[in-house]
Amino acid sequence: MKPVDVAVETATRAEICAVACADLFLGAGEILASPMGLIPSLGARLARLTSEPDLLLSDGEAFLLTPESTVEGWMPYRRVFDVVAHGRRHVVMGANQLDRFGNQNISAIGDHAKPTRQLLGFRGAPGNTANHRTSYWVPRHNPRVFVDAVDVVSGVGYDHAVGPFHDVHRVVTNLAVLDFDTPDHSMRLVSVHPGVDVDDVLRQTSFPLEHDEVDETRQPTDVELDLLRTVLDPAGARNREVPS
Amino acid sequence: MRDKRMTPDEVVAELVDGMTVGIGGWGSRRKPMALVRAILRSPLRDLTVVSYGGPDVGLLCAAGKVRKLVYGFVSLDTIAYDPWFRRVREAGGPKVLELDEGMFQCGLRAAAHRLPFLPIRAGLGSDVLRLAPELRTVRSPYDGEELVAMPALRLDAALVHLNRADRHGNAQYLGPDPYFDDLFCLAATRRYVSCERIVETSDLTGSGPVQSLLLNRMMVDGVVETPNGAHFTSCVPDYGRDEPFQRLYAEAAGDPERWPGFVDRFLSGTEADYLEAVR
Repeated sequence: MKPVDVAVETATRAEICAVACADLFLGAGEILASPMGLIPSLGARLARLTSEPDLLLSDGEAFLLTPESTVEGWMPYRRVFDVVAHGRRHVVMGANQLDRFGNQNISAIGDHAKPTRQLLGFRGAPGNTANHRTSYWVPRHNPRVFVDAVDVVSGVGYDHAVGPFHDVHRVVTNLAVLDFDTPDHSMRLVSVHPGVDVDDVLRQTSFPLEHDEVDETRQPTDVELDLLRTVLDPAGARNREVPS
Repeated sequence: MRDKRMTPDEVVAELVDGMTVGIGGWGSRRKPMALVRAILRSPLRDLTVVSYGGPDVGLLCAAGKVRKLVYGFVSLDTIAYDPWFRRVREAGGPKVLELDEGMFQCGLRAAAHRLPFLPIRAGLGSDVLRLAPELRTVRSPYDGEELVAMPALRLDAALVHLNRADRHGNAQYLGPDPYFDDLFCLAATRRYVSCERIVETSDLTGSGPVQSLLLNRMMVDGVVETPNGAHFTSCVPDYGRDEPFQRLYAEAAGDPERWPGFVDRFLSGTEADYLEAVR
C-alpha cells in the first residue's frame, strides 16, 4: 500500500510554500505564469500539472516550454512586454520591502538619490502591477521586509493604484499566506503554515495585520507531494531555500 | 555598397565627451564589451549611458566615464547586483533616470519613430514618476484615461554586438533573443555594431533564417569584427557567459583593494592583451 498518510504528515515547510504558490494560479486559465525564484517556479509548474493545465511557462529566457520541455513558443523579452501590456499574465515577484497596502520595493533602500543599499532597480515591477495580476513571494518573513512604508514604490500597492488593471493578489511567505481582501485593501492574514502561530506572523510584521479568520495553510495532496519530490525537484533544492 | 569596417578604437574616436550612448544587450547577455573596453582605454568622459544594465554599466562606472545613467535595472544575471554600480550609487553619484523596463523600451521606440513621447500604462502610481518629475502623464482624448507620456530616449550613439554581420552593416543574431539592439540603432544618430565574425552577405542566410537579420544597412554606420567581443557576457550560440570570470570581476569590483590588480591584469592593455589574459 502506498504510504499516503505518512507522506502527508511529513510535508516540509518548503512543500507547503510551493503548494501555496500553486494555489495562486487557481482559475488563471490560459495565461503566462511568470514566477521569479525557485519556490514560485515549483508552484507554477505544480499548478500546471494539476489544477491549471493551460498555463504557459517559459524557461526564464526566450522559450515557452511544455511540461515535457518541448518548445511550444518564442517569448523573448520584447514579447514579454507585449504580454504585460496585453494583460494575460500573473507574475510572482520577490520583494526587498512590502508594506500594508502591497507596495513593493526592489529598487533601493534609503534615499533613492544616495541609497544605503542599491538593489536591482525598478525592473518590470511598475508595469507588472499596472497591467495584470501580481503576487509576491517572501522566503524570510521578517519586520525588515514587512515595513510600515517602503523606501521606493517599485510595485504599486492599493493606496497608489491608478488605472483599470491593478490587481495585487496574494503574498506567500515561509510563514503564511496573506491577501488584501479587506474594505481598505490593507494586508490580511489568510492562513498560517502548519506549525506557525498567528502571533509569530504578527511579531514578524511591522504593521498591524487583520487576523480575524485565519486558517491553516492546506497540506499538499499525495499527488502534489509525489510530483514535487520525484518530478519537479528530486534534488530537494526547495528545502534548502526554505528550511523546515 | 559602402565598406563600413572599423576598429573599436576608431568607433570610440567618433564619440564625443558628453554624448548619450545607448548600449545594447541585456544584463550580462550579448553586451558589446569590446567596444566598452575601447571606451575604457579612451579619454572619453561625461557620458549619459542608456542600458538594460549589466557589467557594461559597472565597468564604465568604475572608470569614471558616466555622468548620468538611464536604466531599468543593473544586474549580472547569475550575480544579482553589479558591485561597481552599487558602489557608485551608494556614494551618491552619478545622476540617474531609473525606469520600468517596458517604459525603457517605449522610450527607445518613441525615438525610433521620431515621436516626442509614446503613451504607456507602466509607471502609473509608482515612484518612477515621483523620482523623475520631468516625466509627465497624458490623457486619452477618447476616454480620458491617464497614461504615462514616456519621452523619446534619443541617443547620440548606439553600441551593439551581434553574432554575424557583413561589411555593409547587415547584422544577425543567432541566439534565442534579439534583445532590443534594433531599437537602440533606430533611436541613435550614429550606430555601431560589433560582431563575432564578418562574413560575406551571401553567407548571412546560410547561418540562420532571414528573420535573424535584425539590422539592415540603413541602421548601421560602422561594423567592427571583435571575436569574443561580448566576453564575459553570453553570446549564444557562439559562447555562453564566462561565469568564473564574471565571479572574478564581481569579487574584484566589490573589494577596493583588489580592483587595481584586476585593472592591471585585464584592462590596461589592448583588446588582444585582454583576450590573451582571459584565455
